[in-house]
Amino acid sequence: MNCVKTFKNLFATSLAFGIAATASAQMLINGAGATFPYPIYSKWFDEYAKTDPSVRFNYQSIGSGGGQKQILAQTVDFGASDGPMSDDNLAKAPSKILHIPTVAGADVITYNLPGNPTLNLDGETVANIFLGKITKWNDARIAAANPDAKLPDQDIVVVHRSDGSGTTYIFVDYLSSISKEWEAKVGRGTSVKWPVGLGAKGNEGVTGQVQQLPGTIGYIELAYAVQNHLPYANMKNSAGSYVKASLESVTAALASAKIPDDFRFSMVNPPGEKAYPIAGTTWLLVYETQKDATKGKKLVEFLNWAATKGETMAESLNYAPLPENVQARVLARIKEIKY
Amino acid sequence: MAMFVLALVVLVGWKLFQGSQLTLHKFGWRFLVQSDWDPVNENYGALPFIFGTFVSSIIGVLIALPLSVGTAIYLTELAPNWLRQPVMMLIEMLAAIPSVILGLWGIFVMVPWLRDWPFPFLKKTLGFTPFFQGPIYGVSILAAGIIIAIMILPIITSVSREILRSVPDSQREAAYALGATRWEVTRIAVLSYAKRGIFGATMLGLGRALGETMAVTMVIGNRPEIAKSLFAPGYTLASAIANEFSEATTEVYLSAIFELGLVLLLVTIVTNIVAQLLIGNFGVGKRVPAGH
Repeated sequence: MNCVKTFKNLFATSLAFGIAATASAQMLINGAGATFPYPIYSKWFDEYAKTDPSVRFNYQSIGSGGGQKQILAQTVDFGASDGPMSDDNLAKAPSKILHIPTVAGADVITYNLPGNPTLNLDGETVANIFLGKITKWNDARIAAANPDAKLPDQDIVVVHRSDGSGTTYIFVDYLSSISKEWEAKVGRGTSVKWPVGLGAKGNEGVTGQVQQLPGTIGYIELAYAVQNHLPYANMKNSAGSYVKASLESVTAALASAKIPDDFRFSMVNPPGEKAYPIAGTTWLLVYETQKDATKGKKLVEFLNWAATKGETMAESLNYAPLPENVQARVLARIKEIKY
Repeated sequence: MAMFVLALVVLVGWKLFQGSQLTLHKFGWRFLVQSDWDPVNENYGALPFIFGTFVSSIIGVLIALPLSVGTAIYLTELAPNWLRQPVMMLIEMLAAIPSVILGLWGIFVMVPWLRDWPFPFLKKTLGFTPFFQGPIYGVSILAAGIIIAIMILPIITSVSREILRSVPDSQREAAYALGATRWEVTRIAVLSYAKRGIFGATMLGLGRALGETMAVTMVIGNRPEIAKSLFAPGYTLASAIANEFSEATTEVYLSAIFELGLVLLLVTIVTNIVAQLLIGNFGVGKRVPAGH
């Protein structure tokens, strides 16, 4: 009996709370899109709920394609994408859509070789490996930059992502910017027609495949390589120096990348001595003119918070924060949102 | 209820058909016979996926069928009574393993083992045929077939067992009366009587194999290419949909993926209808589990 009573009380209290919560009219802001920034976004939404309890965020990490589609269909209040929207897609929008860069990440080239040496690689060599033109690990073109590494006479097995992803976009964008042949034969996209190699699903799939099979080479997000203690190559940047991938070298790349006014930019292979060349950013997509004034106001407040306070949380989750010069431009862009 | 299920299938089919309008118009029948899959240049052909789906499923069935029928015969004709239930339970438990878990096991245990032992052995002994040539990566159409075999073993076994049990004892008695040995009784009286039913059970297994997604994706190598060698990576319809749907940013791309779904749905429906017809004709339809 007692138990039932307690339960009844509990039920009554929770009901009362429920009503109270509804009475305070908590606003729900819906978003959908990219999976790559999902960990940091969900941390932002959690933390932001503490500063402003009147808003609640609901973010579905359904992929960049879905994010773009839903913002176009206006079924969400903001979209998220790992690649910028194409002109075609932007033309379909009922009104102007803004790209707001949030954080950046890097792709690293990981491999499975005896002794796990740290290799020095350049874009041309990586492109040739992924084009199937360099097929052995002891190829002279790899050996030239790695005089100290013992490279085995072994076939190179390429591993790439089988699912469409922003990680792939950054990687092929980089190869396209370096190699004319890659650009012509394969091109840029979240999924492409790979000349050679095995496909594995997700960063975890590529990581697993590379760990399992000797002689493999693949590209994964920096965070995965760090967490799984995989070796990864120092990449030659456009200034000619071999740079280790790190949050600092990615932020350095962002700082020296040429960023157009609409923020639809690619930051691969930027100038700069310290810049890591295979990096990319991820965007939130919002309408410049918000239909719902109160919601729009709350969304802008959140965006401002994300671009300032939110940025400081990036590094703890292995994302590179925006450098100051970009941050200032982003804040200026957020001001342009009308509601 | 039955109408509801039927309506659901029709609705799903209709949605897929609607979703794939763009590619249906753009490529027509070429979609089915072209083997280029290039999202960058917006050129889509489903042939490698159809090929991969059929080949991996058929390998799965070829491996699972003798094992399943053998087990079913053992369980109905030979095994002592006390053993039948526990063995059947174990087999049915195999069906309860989630696909993704089996895939993980596949990628971390089965594939490295296949790569180190059975595959090199096959290459050495059968390497003169085009089916066992080329580099061994481990992940391959053959590995996918083996995973599929494990997944469809329970359904073929349990349906076959039901069918063998439905063979009237008078059949067996008549054969014994003619002086047949135990093996001859099984072969002539039981198996030939149950033949079509077992075929139906196989088709049910095939139906399941065709749509298998997660575990297959993890071990097939996901390469849209038609290779002769079973050691080569391949791709299936279901895997392609699972892999590429979330980042399909252009309309034609999305439409192509919808059409893959449509092709898969049609293939699976036809397989299941054939299976149901065969089992239904055989008169044991009521005892057959509903498939999926």
